[in-house]
Amino acid sequence: QPSFEAYFTEILLCKNELNNTLNNLCHWMKDEHVDKNLVTQLDSAFIRKDPYGVVLIIAPWNYPIHLLLGPLIGAIAAGNCVIVKPSETTKNTERLVAETLTCYLDNDCFAVVTAGVQETTRLLENKFDYIFFTGSPSVGRIIMTAAAKHLTPVTLELGGKNPCYVSDTCDVQNVARRVAWGRFFNAGQTCIAPDYVLCSVEMQDKLMPALREAITEFFGSNPKESPDFGRIVGDKQFRRIRALLCSGRVAIGGQTDEKERYIAPTVLADVLPSDPAMQEEIFGPILPIVVVASMDEAIDFINARPRPLAIYAFSCDSKVVNQVLERTSSGGFCGNDTLMHVTLTSLPFGGIGNSGLGKYHGKFTFDTFTHHRGCLHRNMGLEALNALRYPPYSQQKLGLLTATFEIKRKGMCTLL
Amino acid sequence: HAELVTRLRAAWLSGKTRPMEYRVAQLEALGRFLDEKKQDILEATASDMGKPPFEVEISEISICRSELNHALNNLGTWMKDEHVEKNWAVQLDSAFIRKDPYGVVLIIAPWNYPIHLLLGPLIGAIAAGNCVVMKPSEISRNVERLVAETLPRYLDQDCFAVVTAGVEETTKLLENKFDYIFFTGSPSVGRIIMTAAAKHLTPVTLELGGKNPCYVSDTCDVQNVARRVAWGRFFNAGQTCVAPDYVLCSAEMQEKLLPALREAIAEFYGPNPQDSPDFARIVGDEQFQRVQALLRSGHAAIGGQTDAEARYVAPTVLVDVQQDDPVMQEEIFGPILPILTVASVDDAIAFINARERPLALYVFSSCKKVVNRVLERTSSGGFCANDTIMHMTLTTLPFGGIGTSG
Repeated sequence: QPSFEAYFTEILLCKNELNNTLNNLCHWMKDEHVDKNLVTQLDSAFIRKDPYGVVLIIAPWNYPIHLLLGPLIGAIAAGNCVIVKPSETTKNTERLVAETLTCYLDNDCFAVVTAGVQETTRLLENKFDYIFFTGSPSVGRIIMTAAAKHLTPVTLELGGKNPCYVSDTCDVQNVARRVAWGRFFNAGQTCIAPDYVLCSVEMQDKLMPALREAITEFFGSNPKESPDFGRIVGDKQFRRIRALLCSGRVAIGGQTDEKERYIAPTVLADVLPSDPAMQEEIFGPILPIVVVASMDEAIDFINARPRPLAIYAFSCDSKVVNQVLERTSSGGFCGNDTLMHVTLTSLPFGGIGNSGLGKYHGKFTFDTFTHHRGCLHRNMGLEALNALRYPPYSQQKLGLLTATFEIKRKGMCTLL
Repeated sequence: HAELVTRLRAAWLSGKTRPMEYRVAQLEALGRFLDEKKQDILEATASDMGKPPFEVEISEISICRSELNHALNNLGTWMKDEHVEKNWAVQLDSAFIRKDPYGVVLIIAPWNYPIHLLLGPLIGAIAAGNCVVMKPSEISRNVERLVAETLPRYLDQDCFAVVTAGVEETTKLLENKFDYIFFTGSPSVGRIIMTAAAKHLTPVTLELGGKNPCYVSDTCDVQNVARRVAWGRFFNAGQTCVAPDYVLCSAEMQEKLLPALREAIAEFYGPNPQDSPDFARIVGDEQFQRVQALLRSGHAAIGGQTDAEARYVAPTVLVDVQQDDPVMQEEIFGPILPILTVASVDDAIAFINARERPLALYVFSSCKKVVNRVLERTSSGGFCANDTIMHMTLTTLPFGGIGTSG
């Protein structure tokens, strides 16, 4: 990871979450008093914020600090004890976290466990009170199945192929920059990166030189020499992504270097739905362009596939953006940019369908790890208020009870 | 049922359920179902479980009407995009939370409040713009038939369907991919549901159960406590997920509670509760036998009589109950109230915390400190001090379990 990228996503974003939490914790923790009905007017009715207990956080390798600390901040804020399992794929970060993070926290309540696939399976046999997992949908299924044995609630931050529709009315150069930034940041290993572009054949022809220009602007004439372009995390992942290059035709980039695990910022043109690049989440610096005849066709294309973590739509025409938003379903949505919607702590971040279950960031993380306990504190006396509900039952009691209890439909009265 | 799910999914994708007017129309139709079919509901619940009409009116019909009206009154606000605070980088942008439906949702309802626990979730699912498959309980047969035959006629059948199914067929139904599953029932079936949902990464809400403890401190108005606890325990012949399941109190308090409970039961149901029109019956023979077997615990200080043919179990209070007695091994879900003695509030808290986290936790005390101590040091779905069940009646309080209670 280029240090700028690491600083921004791994450190700065975490600090934001930390400070946001520290600034608001007192308020978030408070009992929330709620509206009462006639019968409970004199009582105290509130939502108590209880921790779940012992929570397990399993983090992935692509943003190994941010996607570990992000959930951890909320879990701690909500009063839980936590076991954290960093990814074994990012070995150096795993070691750093295992050796040093615990020195900062109360070891009675917080622990780091290092584990590969087999050991994680064993870890999951334990009963946890909440499990927070970030990773692939297939592993997500395994986690949820394990959680089901103990009726453990889960948040699953998964992934998918995030479509990026570019309409014919747009500022092509801006679009190219924003899409290239989102796609090539961290060498494409971002769960919310634009995965593929949908646009008309005319737009593809305009986008190509604009993307070429943006890539040169960002990484120079030979991105391999740029200090600002990341590498693929491991050999296995490198080979997986390289195989996706046999899709459509390479219009920009396409070069690879196995020793360095380098894949050039690549744009593939005229990609078909049946091509390799369209069969799985790319998670690499490759941007396929799939040509569609119209916005409607783009929407149908998107809706024929599993619901993604993010949907992007670029258009100067807000009607177009709204149409795509209205007629599709996704974890999150961003019009006229990529990635930026997740930098707002006031927006919930999470998937739907295959891309995940649950949401977090900001207060949503605190709420994720909090059990909202409905509480009613009544008076020991004032028994007369309860008289109507006791047997022996009568029509009269029933009439009075429904008159006082039942919520009425508003705006149904006519004034004569 | 694959065809049904496909059909509903196509209807959802068509966008039919999205406009507010559509959802309002469906919700209003549900209101008409409750109005026009009220007599049928009273008869079906009486046949299934001997439910007193008063109980059906307040816990099945009126409570649904409240939820319905509450949704209709607020739907406009709930549906709106929620604009959120922005940082300096996006100051000039529009940042909001869009309320999208999940798609095709499955609601599986239990037999104890077969109308309320089906319509309650249904109201929200419709309000949120989803298509819905409903599966009423096959155990409350008459209500199942009523719902299957009449409810669909009130709703848009392109988007809403009722499926009748026993255990095997429900297992097959669950092989389909749903976009949300809402289940009310036992923890053991809850595990099965969640495991099935995991295959499709389907989010779930599980409203389960457990043993709801009821701690009665030494400082309280014994007669009021007895009435409120008896009401919560014997309503619907004890077949209520939030009923107080067992009492924890000191030996002294037990001595005071027993005559007070006896008095409350006589006040409610007369000298022979089997003759009272205000006391329900157990839903089926299997459940009757299960509940009857729990009577072999301690001894019956009050009640204890049963009548297998009528599926009648008398309002019963058991004393000298040990932790390993049958009645303490499972959720009672019947009109039996065991009392266990503890030396102090701290012992009561330790007893509660050594067990699965319940759906509800009750404390009776005139002393605020005692109430708060129990609240602070335990964990449960919901909590109510100085009454039973009432916390469930506030639509402004979230209702749900934690751990094995949901």
